[in-house]
Amino acid sequence: MKKWKELVPGAVVLEAGSSEKFKTGSWRSFKPRWIEENCIQCLFCWLYCPDMAVKVVEGKMTGFDYDYCKGCGVCARECPGKKGQKAIVMEPEGK
Amino acid sequence: MGKIAAVTGNEAVANALRQANPDVCSLYPITPQTDIVQRFASYVSNGQVDTELINAESEHSSMSAAIGASAAGGRVVTATSSQGLALMWEMLHIASATNLPIIMPLVNRALSAPLNIHGDHSDGMGARDTGWIQLWSENAQEAYDNTVQAFRIGEHKDLRLPVMVCMDGFIISHSIERIEYLEDKQVKDFIGEFVNVNPLLDLEHPKSYGPLILTDLYMEFKRLQHEIMGRVKKVVLDVAEDFYKLSGRRYGLFESYRLEDAEIGMVVLNSAAGTSKDVVDAFRDKGIRAGLLKPRLFRPFPYTEIADALKHLKAVCVMDRADSYGGYGPMFMEISSALYQVTGNGSGVAKPKLINKIYGLGGRDYMPEQAEQVFTELDAIAKGAPVKLVKDYIGVRE
Ligand code: SF4
Ligand code: SF4
Repeated sequence: MKKWKELVPGAVVLEAGSSEKFKTGSWRSFKPRWIEENCIQCLFCWLYCPDMAVKVVEGKMTGFDYDYCKGCGVCARECPGKKGQKAIVMEPEGK
Repeated sequence: MGKIAAVTGNEAVANALRQANPDVCSLYPITPQTDIVQRFASYVSNGQVDTELINAESEHSSMSAAIGASAAGGRVVTATSSQGLALMWEMLHIASATNLPIIMPLVNRALSAPLNIHGDHSDGMGARDTGWIQLWSENAQEAYDNTVQAFRIGEHKDLRLPVMVCMDGFIISHSIERIEYLEDKQVKDFIGEFVNVNPLLDLEHPKSYGPLILTDLYMEFKRLQHEIMGRVKKVVLDVAEDFYKLSGRRYGLFESYRLEDAEIGMVVLNSAAGTSKDVVDAFRDKGIRAGLLKPRLFRPFPYTEIADALKHLKAVCVMDRADSYGGYGPMFMEISSALYQVTGNGSGVAKPKLINKIYGLGGRDYMPEQAEQVFTELDAIAKGAPVKLVKDYIGVRE
């Protein structure tokens, strides 16, 4: 832990992208689960996620980054899924 | 020497802002300050400054815009009074704790209710704990000189703090006095080019302002803020020395008037100090050793220096143009704790007897008779009369 003499006056964060160091996944009480067979790769989940917790590799949804996913459920709400079958469901954490 | 002019306090301060040529001025009008930003808007329209003017929809927004512009990396000014300062409240703390050197004339005015537009110090005293540097000014000349110096002080690399320059509403802001301006070039050279620190608009070095800091570090940041405030006195004195070389006008942390050999003294801020100095002279003529101390730097408060200047007195009256209902006046609280540090704790130094008078609220005229009443009471106390009431009101109908 830093001592007061080591701090930057004004609490300015001089490092870009430092929020990566602040893992917020522990805030979650519900957890999104991806059901790959229902996924149509529309990437709505990636677009709507208020964090950057949907992992897209080479243009494809591949799952969640649980270090940062706060479990808000926006992705599950927006997911159209296949023929009415959601590709994301929210489940209680620790289930 | 620069031009001599007959101007109002507001015009003098507006000219200091013009000479500083800030990058951004955010504004919202409020009596008795309106005249400053109105004049400044004309300077912008006339091309006399290179300033971006932001007409905000409230003082809260005006201070928010000032904070944004200052963090972006510009020299920023705004101005306000009374309710306007009260509406800026939460943003004042953010400006100071983020180390943004915003310069803000505060034309002191009473706070509602009842609604009153005239001068007293309730607004500035209420902002005492916001982390801003506060300079107080007796007259238009001091308001002008303090505004010029405020840029050097607030923007100093060891500080980077916002500065409030206070002067009395109407009594100074709207009365015409003789003042000596510095030349535009002199002011430009004196305050120098604005040097930004960690500007947001430096796109090569992305950074964040206003992070969330919880139990693990908040207290360390507050400790740092106190430390930075501790450096202000030296900067104020250094800048005053340079200003003296430039203008021939001397400033310190406070003004001491006939205090060295005095037995009784008054502590009083701003315009009332002028009236009181005349009364000090009248009492001196009668053979009574009266003196006066007028604080200039109220935040941070120069406790030891002021206590040293007062400790030899037999009786002191602290005048407050602001009240703390159910408490002593705000200046009295500072003076009595300052004096306790040098005279209390078994130091063996005799304590001056202290009284507190609340005067001039809501622009109530402060007359020489009121100062005479105070010095007469102090003279009696110095000769052994008991202090009947520590805090009392003067100039009020009983
Ligand atoms: S639950 Fe919320 S935070 Fe987590 S991946 Fe879905 S949208 Fe993003
Ligand atoms: S929103 Fe649903 S269907 Fe679309 S990519 Fe994400 S998981 Fe797949």
